[in-house]
Amino acid sequence: MCLGVPGKVVAIDGNCATVDFWGVRRQVLLDVVDEPVAVGDYVLNHVGYAIRRIPESEIGETLALFEELLAQDEAADLMASDVRAEIAGTGAAPDGDS
Amino acid sequence: MATPDPLAAFREMKFRDPARAQAMIDALGRLTAAIGRSPVSLMHVCGSHEQAIAKYGLRAMFPAALRVIMGPGCPVCVTDTREVDEGVALARQGVHIATYGDMLRVPGTVMSLADAQAEGARVHVVYSAGQAVELARRLDAPVAFFATGFETTAVATAAIVLNGLPANLSILSAHKFIPPAMDMIAATPGLAVEGFLAAGHAATITGWGVFESFAARHRMPVVVAGFEPLDILAGLVKLLELVRDGTPAVANMYPRCVTRAGNLRAQEALWTVFEPVSGRWRGIADIPGGNLAFRDTFAGVDARRRFALDAAPLASPASPGLAAACLCGSIMAGISSPTDCPLFGGACTPESPVGACMVSSEGTCKIWHQYGGYPDLGDMA
Repeated sequence: MCLGVPGKVVAIDGNCATVDFWGVRRQVLLDVVDEPVAVGDYVLNHVGYAIRRIPESEIGETLALFEELLAQDEAADLMASDVRAEIAGTGAAPDGDS
Repeated sequence: MATPDPLAAFREMKFRDPARAQAMIDALGRLTAAIGRSPVSLMHVCGSHEQAIAKYGLRAMFPAALRVIMGPGCPVCVTDTREVDEGVALARQGVHIATYGDMLRVPGTVMSLADAQAEGARVHVVYSAGQAVELARRLDAPVAFFATGFETTAVATAAIVLNGLPANLSILSAHKFIPPAMDMIAATPGLAVEGFLAAGHAATITGWGVFESFAARHRMPVVVAGFEPLDILAGLVKLLELVRDGTPAVANMYPRCVTRAGNLRAQEALWTVFEPVSGRWRGIADIPGGNLAFRDTFAGVDARRRFALDAAPLASPASPGLAAACLCGSIMAGISSPTDCPLFGGACTPESPVGACMVSSEGTCKIWHQYGGYPDLGDMA
């Protein structure tokens, strides 16, 4: 539950962003993020809300951890299963490919 | 403008580089030697930190004099029996319960939500606060969102409240606020923790500045750290430096997510909706300011005020059985390790948990059961 998961913003409609998480498009709410978010930005998602816009210079290192985690077997890796639960906490995108 | 390769750091193994890890392990050895006490005990308060420490076997690499223990860093685990009883009581009154998956099997006094579900109560797993709202919109019946989690997660609950809830949705808040629990533990006689590793994503919300008064009050350093193995090792090196120098300062080793002020917009949502109140943390204590309760302005969404909630019949002391031997409380207080518990791995397993620490993916017992906790490689040297 402490985890936040990064994803790339591909569209914004009001306070709702469509965010790409490793090819899965989901909806994330922007109500509590404290900086303006634009298409192309990366945001850290926690239980369906963006809690931080990740500075561009920090994207690589933030993504690296999660790239690795998602390659793990969910059943055998507690962090990997937590990451997948975070992604599941976002809303289904109307035009999503998931 | 050239697009930076987003995985460049990963390819460079910046956060996994064995040489860097070894250099930090060496630094830990030098620092503990310079401090000259054994053990030097440091506490972290985050299930994700424990997952990384156990999964990557970091404890086996630590110098013998360094003890890194997990405090109350699992929000599911510190949800009090009484709070589970309230959820069960609501469910048995016919209210639909929406809650995070880990909560299902957390034991109440006589039953868990999963047990209530087996008896016919309607319990739904959600992964976010927004899904509880969607559930309430689909159902023509009262729904209560049994909301757990630390301040990071409470922000999402606050956000749905501020957006306006469907009339049939109320919230049973079991949200907890970590800093007062750190205060309580730092003041525990005989615990001998000399520094805290603070959780990166809770601090994303609160900012690292929230720990400054703590550090001054307890004359104890705090370092905010991320979740990669090298993030954690770097955090521990920094923390030991502060211990060695006797500097009760706060250091931020996770600047890619954490600022001094934190996320002010999220804080505003959090403190508009919730206020800190005293409350019981399972197995630990009543912690002043440790629970997040709805302010009177939002009394209308508070399940405790909307329903005549009587969990007393569930709290009647039945035979405590195995639960009496469970060490969850002292494990979360950092006094015991899972392997000190007579039930660990025998009567208590992830398939058949006795205590909450064996239920959640962030519980110390479940993590140690999965990965091993304190591998002793001494014989292999």
